[in-house]
This record gives sequence, structure tokens and C-alpha cells, in this order.
Amino acid sequence: MAAESVIEIREVTKTYGQGETAVHALRGVSLRIEAGEYVAVMGSSGSGKSTLMNILGCLDVPSRGEYWLDGSDVARLSEDQQALVRGRKIGFIFQSFNLIPRTTALANVELPLTYAHLRRGERRKRANRALELVGLADRTGHRPNELSGGQQQRVAIARALATGPRILLADEPTGNLDAHSTDEVLGMFDDLHADGRTIIVITHEHDVAARARRLVQVSDGRIVSDEVTR
Amino acid sequence: MSPRDLMGAALRGLTANKLRSLLTVLGVSIGVGAVIVLVAVGNGSGKAVQDRLEAMGTNLLTVSTTGGGGGFVRGQAGPANQQYSLTLDDATALADKNLAPDVASVAPVMTSSGTATNGDTSYTVNQVIGTTPAYMPATNTPVQIGSSFTQADVDTSQRVILLGQTAATELFTRPASAVGQTIKLGAVDFTVLGVLASKDSTGFNDPNATAIVPITTLRATQAGYGALSQIVVQAAGQDRVDTAQAEVTQLLTARHQVPATETSPFRITNSAQILQTSQDTAATFTALLATVAAISLVVGGIGVTNIMLVTVTERTREIGIRKALGARRRTILGQFLIEATLLSLIGGAVGVGAALIVTRFQLAGVQPVLVPSSIGLALGVSAAVGLFFGSMPAHRAAGLRPIDALRHE
Repeated sequence: MAAESVIEIREVTKTYGQGETAVHALRGVSLRIEAGEYVAVMGSSGSGKSTLMNILGCLDVPSRGEYWLDGSDVARLSEDQQALVRGRKIGFIFQSFNLIPRTTALANVELPLTYAHLRRGERRKRANRALELVGLADRTGHRPNELSGGQQQRVAIARALATGPRILLADEPTGNLDAHSTDEVLGMFDDLHADGRTIIVITHEHDVAARARRLVQVSDGRIVSDEVTR
Repeated sequence: MSPRDLMGAALRGLTANKLRSLLTVLGVSIGVGAVIVLVAVGNGSGKAVQDRLEAMGTNLLTVSTTGGGGGFVRGQAGPANQQYSLTLDDATALADKNLAPDVASVAPVMTSSGTATNGDTSYTVNQVIGTTPAYMPATNTPVQIGSSFTQADVDTSQRVILLGQTAATELFTRPASAVGQTIKLGAVDFTVLGVLASKDSTGFNDPNATAIVPITTLRATQAGYGALSQIVVQAAGQDRVDTAQAEVTQLLTARHQVPATETSPFRITNSAQILQTSQDTAATFTALLATVAAISLVVGGIGVTNIMLVTVTERTREIGIRKALGARRRTILGQFLIEATLLSLIGGAVGVGAALIVTRFQLAGVQPVLVPSSIGLALGVSAAVGLFFGSMPAHRAAGLRPIDALRHE
């Protein structure tokens, strides 16, 4: 295994249910992603791309197969260590933003820093900087329901960036956004990629996938194509 | 996550749905308040009974005769009656330190009733007590104004009288002005030596509607030379009441030659026993009230569980987000446990506050007396209720797999 590979999965399968009613979401997927790559995972709904993203994000565990994240075997990590990995190494961006309701933008961005045991002052500083980065320095005190969809997604990006993770996992990040906000968010991804972060975007939109440097296509639980596009 | 951050997260969780939190707090506070108030009421009523009995004198033995119990057996009621009548000699014998070493003082008592007049004002004294000076300290009946009569007054049958508060007020309007005056009791003039201190009622009779005169005077002027109504015996100490009672029984049995086969014709009322009995009753009463209150506290606790379960279900997605952001199992557990405990503790504090206010007033005729330990206990129990009843929902929240929690709609 090359030292620079951030993510490596080998022959990963994921099956929901048992026997006759079993659903095979992934039927043996192997994938290697190097540090600093910008990868788009495409596929129709039900193709297994979301399951793949959940496994990559340590939100779900594979039924079979290996997952090496940053050189360590995820299957061997305890529940708490997995939580630590999610907090420190991975930043999540969801289609539905997943901000904590009735909580200010600043507090939302501070949350992963809190779980990473940072001191109060340091947390505030970093959260403010992250919000500044996404252009929401003037919206820190707003609650999610007082923000537009695009702004909410930018808060979510700020939250994902706050801990300075190596990997950004975005699941349909522009699915709920208008064209303008989509452009903003994708522009942000370009900047982050230029900064050297590893970005994995799950999408079914071609124009979103076209921004990535590598395109992985998933269908019926298998990778059907994997090509460097740019 | 530092405790402070956990506390902050818990507080935000609670304030997110203020009305619901408020109602849950109310449930717990009613429980806690009920425990404190009802225990205080139980305690207060116990104290009230105790105070009244202590006013009677706790070292007190009251000896009376059941009449001629044995007389009928022999078919000669008259002489038997007299055989067991209490006499002044009995009182003298009981006062003998050699015969009854645990007896501190003895006061023979004869009672009568009569109409007292002061000029045109007349008042029917329903209890005129003839006794010796030992009666006043033994029965905890101090003279408030003026002075008591002395043994010399008794020996020389002086016509002096001590008036109870009610009697003095009825006859002189102002009790203080009674001292030194002369009143008529029946047809005989008495000089008022003093007025007795007011006493709480121990029964249906007004204990202040009395008058006390030397026993010899009463015999000479009012009641004649019959048997004593009772002998009041004061034991030498609280712990010697029982031995004193045994001595009194033995002495009287011997003096009146009561056959061993007969049940004792003398009835000895032991105030310490009455006190003990009433304290036991009060304790049972308090325990009963506390049980009822504890039930309401448990109901409040179940309210906490219920609300926390609803909260966990409602915030499953939030839990998933928190887990995706790196929250560990115990962080989630801690947050929800603290939320539940805060609900209970705030409820407990409100309950204590309400109880402190409520117990300032008389409840059902009882002045509640706070038991400090009940406050600590109620607060402790409410915290425990939060931890206990909150742990199930909290564990459920913490045990959720991140992906399941995130998918929850």
C-alpha cells in the first residue's frame, strides 16, 4: 500500500437484511484514493454510491472487505476511535445540510471542535475563521431557519472544514441548491482542492462531476468505470 | 467535551422546547414539594402533640383508683371502696424517699367545682383543685403573676387561691389586677395569691378555667374529708419514670393490702408512655404522608423518562449529526443524562422553594415543621430520579449507529 493513499478499500461488500430479502448494496468494491485527489462518484439512485460514501465516512461498516483509512484498518478501531476519526480526519457535507436546528451558525461550526476537545477561545477563533472562509462572517449569530439553502450549505462546509480534516466527503452537496448557490459551493470545492485537500463528491449531476479530476461510476453495487478526467 | 460544554449543550436542548421542559419540571417539583410539605406536616402534628404532653409534665405519674373493683367480688362494695381509696397518708408514704427512692415529689389532688364571685361578677370554676405546692412544678403549671402558696399555707389551711387565666380574666378582666384581691368561692372568702400561666389544651376542657387552693382548705371549706381524686407523682428523672411507677404500684398494693390474685385497683397514667405512643403515632402518620408524596415523586420521574424518550426520538437525526461530527458515545450519553438530571434538579429546587413558602402557613390546622433532612433527601432523590429515569433514553440515544440516526426522518 502506497504511503500517500488516504483511502483504500478492498473487495468491500455491504448487504442489508438476510436470506431472500437481502439487498446487496455493494458487491465487491475496491478503490484507492490518494491524498489531494478530487474524486466524483456518480451513479443513479440505488446504485450503492451513498452506501459507499457512508462506509468511507465510517458512518457504516462493511459486511465484508477491508477499509484502510490513512494507514489504519478501520475494522479494528473501537467505536470511540471511529468517532475520533470522523471528527478529526473527515469533514461531512450532506445534501440536506444537517445543521443542528435552533442553534446558531457559530455554535454549529464549533460543534466538531468541541468534540475534538479544543478550548473555548480556540474554538471560537477557528469557527469564526471557517465562517469567514465561506463568506458568512456576518451571519454567525443566525440560526439555520434564518439562512437560505446556499448559506446553510456554506455553514455546513465551514463546519466540515473547522477541524482541518484531510478528507472532505460530500453527499449530493448541491442537490438542494439553486444554480447560483451550486456554483458558489463548487467554486469553494475547487479552492479547497487547490489547497491540497482530498475531496470526494457523490452526485448524479454531470456538471458537478465534471469539476472533479477523477470520475468513478457506480452501478448496481459495482464500480463500472474509473477514469481521470482532467 | 468539557463539563461546561456538556452543560451548555444540555441547556440548549432543554430551552429548545421550553413549555415541555417546564411541564416536566413542574411534575418533579410537585413530587419534591409534596415530600417536603407532607413530611413537615406530619412532623408538625407530632411536635404539636409532643408540646402539649410536655406541657403536662413528662416525668408525671397520675395515680387514681378504679373505685372498688375488688369490692364486688366480695359482695361488700362500700368497705371495699374505702379500702382502695387514696388517702393523704398514701401521698405522704409515696413521698418517703426510703419507700420510693425514684419519686421526686408527690402532690395529693382533690377536685371540686364551685362558683367564684368578685363583687357582682361571678364565674363557675369547673375545676377547683385542692393540692400541695408540689403540684405546680410537677404538672408544669407555673404561677405567672403573684406567687404560689406554701406548705405552711397548706398546714394551716389558709384561704388562699391561685386562679387560672380564664378564671382570672372572667373575674377581673385584667388577670394582673387579681393578685391581692379577695374573691368568694362558694360562701368562703379567698385571697388571690397568683394567676397561673396559660396552658395549651390537652383535651376538651379549658385547662385555664381552674383554680387551685391548698388541699386542706378545700377539704375544710368545699369537698369534705372524702377520698383523694388522684395523687400526682413526679419521677426523679425521665429515665426513672418506669421504676417510679413500679415503686408506686408496689407501695400502694402493700398499703391497701390488695390480694395478689386481684388486678390492681390503682390506675397509674404514665405521661412518658403517652408521649411515646403519640410520637409513634406521629411517626407512622409522617411515614404514611411521605409514602404518598414519594409516589408523586416517582410519577414525576416517569414524566422525565417520558419526555426524554420523546426528546431522543425527536432528536435522533441530531444525534446522528453529532456522531458524524465526532461525538463519542459517552458524550451523547452525558448530554442526555445531564438534560434529564437538570430537569429533575430544577424541578427539585422549585419544589423546595415552593415547600419553604407553603410550610410557613398552617395546613389543616397544623403548623408544619420542616425537617432539614427531608429537603436534602428530596433534592438527592430528584437528582437520582433524573439519572435513573433519564438513563434509559440516554442509553438509547448513545447506542444509535450514526448511519441509522442520520437516516431517521
